[in-house]
Amino acid sequence: MSAVQIVIAGFGGQGILFAGKFLAYKGLLEEQNVSWLPSYGPEMRGGTANCSVILSDSAIGSPIVTHPDVLMVMNLPSLDKFEDAVVPGGKIFVDSTLIERKVKRTDVEVHYVPATQMATDAGIPTLANMLLTGKLMKEVPALCGGDWEAALKKVVSARHQELLAYNLKALQTGAAFEG
Amino acid sequence: MADKVLMKGNEALAEAAIQAGCRHYFGYPITPQTEVAAYMAKRMPKIGGCFLQAESEIAAINMVYGVASAGKRVMTSSSSPGISLKEEGISYLAGADLPAFIVNVQRGGPGLGGIQPSQSDYFQSTRGGGHGDYHIIVLAPSSVQEMADLTVKGFDLADEYRMPAMVLADGTMGQMMEPVTMGSYQPKTVEKPWAVTGTRMQRPHNIVNSLYLNPEELERTNFERYARYAVIEQKEAMYEAFLMDDADICVTAFGIASRVSRNAVLAARAEGIKVGMLRPITLWPFPKAPFAEAADRVSAFISVELSMGQMIEDVELATRCKRPVYLCNRTGGMIPSPEQVLAKIKEIAGGLK
Repeated sequence: MSAVQIVIAGFGGQGILFAGKFLAYKGLLEEQNVSWLPSYGPEMRGGTANCSVILSDSAIGSPIVTHPDVLMVMNLPSLDKFEDAVVPGGKIFVDSTLIERKVKRTDVEVHYVPATQMATDAGIPTLANMLLTGKLMKEVPALCGGDWEAALKKVVSARHQELLAYNLKALQTGAAFEG
Repeated sequence: MADKVLMKGNEALAEAAIQAGCRHYFGYPITPQTEVAAYMAKRMPKIGGCFLQAESEIAAINMVYGVASAGKRVMTSSSSPGISLKEEGISYLAGADLPAFIVNVQRGGPGLGGIQPSQSDYFQSTRGGGHGDYHIIVLAPSSVQEMADLTVKGFDLADEYRMPAMVLADGTMGQMMEPVTMGSYQPKTVEKPWAVTGTRMQRPHNIVNSLYLNPEELERTNFERYARYAVIEQKEAMYEAFLMDDADICVTAFGIASRVSRNAVLAARAEGIKVGMLRPITLWPFPKAPFAEAADRVSAFISVELSMGQMIEDVELATRCKRPVYLCNRTGGMIPSPEQVLAKIKEIAGGLK
């Protein structure tokens, strides 16, 4: 059985849930079992958002990710909240434009990506989420392959297909980032 | 076969209701089921259906009573506090022998409670919920696919047995997205000669009513209704058995609790503990037979619930208390972790040795 359990977290409005939905659709297109569970509780009202995403070759039990293999964070409260939950040997992706501190854990692989700054420089300031997601996919073998554009088409609404190219650019910019 | 799409449980349920032929939705917004109403608001006007946001939950359930009386497929949805408000109307629907489809995407209680997932309306729904002698059919999905499939089933059963049917979900089932396939449903068509659709001067009046001032007559209607319930208990109980063939310990859970428990059962199996799971799919009728049968083979049961322990009583009844039934639970919007369930399994397994 191969499964990858992901938590994506940040502020509401950063496209946290969207990024998770994109990864879930990518898994679906590759005929994996997938689940996506958003936070909808009081913490959302406080301005933070997170989602649990699971992609698996076998049936998915609990859709709640308590120990992520992969954590992507776009604000400090999310890093504070989820850092300790990551499995040893797991991977953490940090938007280092928005989070100044370093990850304290020494038993995980950390990627610092100045995603918000890079997205702004690339003229796509609202797509830091997808830029960081691009890096994440590049670094996680289970997520790297497949047709990224086809999955994007599923999550970018039909009315806004003109945004497809921007999203793809964000993914590719993130994937190309070395650091 | 239609394509697999990713949908939220609430949306899949709403779409399935439309595919089941429901063209009347009455509701009032409440987290975590609001997507059901939102989906209906978007879709119903496009297909000649009726979406109406009522002034209250009580108004909505009485609008359901009206459409049900006219013999059309109709539904409402809410979450725990809103369902409590609807219970008067649900009792009237039961007393008038009307089919209707009701959705409860549960949140923590009592009172206004919280908005996080819960299963603490088990007692309320499986015991009828309102006043008087009656039951409703209660279906408990544990995936987005089942949110859809059991909705169609619910409409069919409601029509067939002339009674309300409920999908009892929870916040996670409503909010999560999973792949779902729809589009090949074949909803049942049930004749409704009792419906109040106008006599056209061709037949005597039909009367839909739940008032019987003559006690002999009211007793007779209750006896008749319970005879129907006996048939349902015989024919309609649904469950899933998971790794039960050689199990020493039987975990039992429904909805999200069964998803969490599945992880724990597999983890315990990996450690050599013979454990399986019985997952009730209908909560009323409760699938008594597989529990009675398991009680002759297993040493103990563990009921995993998002409540202070409600289904556990039905497990004890179905097994006639032949074996101990332990509770593993969180409540108030909290969800047991697979680790918590695994620890309970190990504790019980250790005690058995």
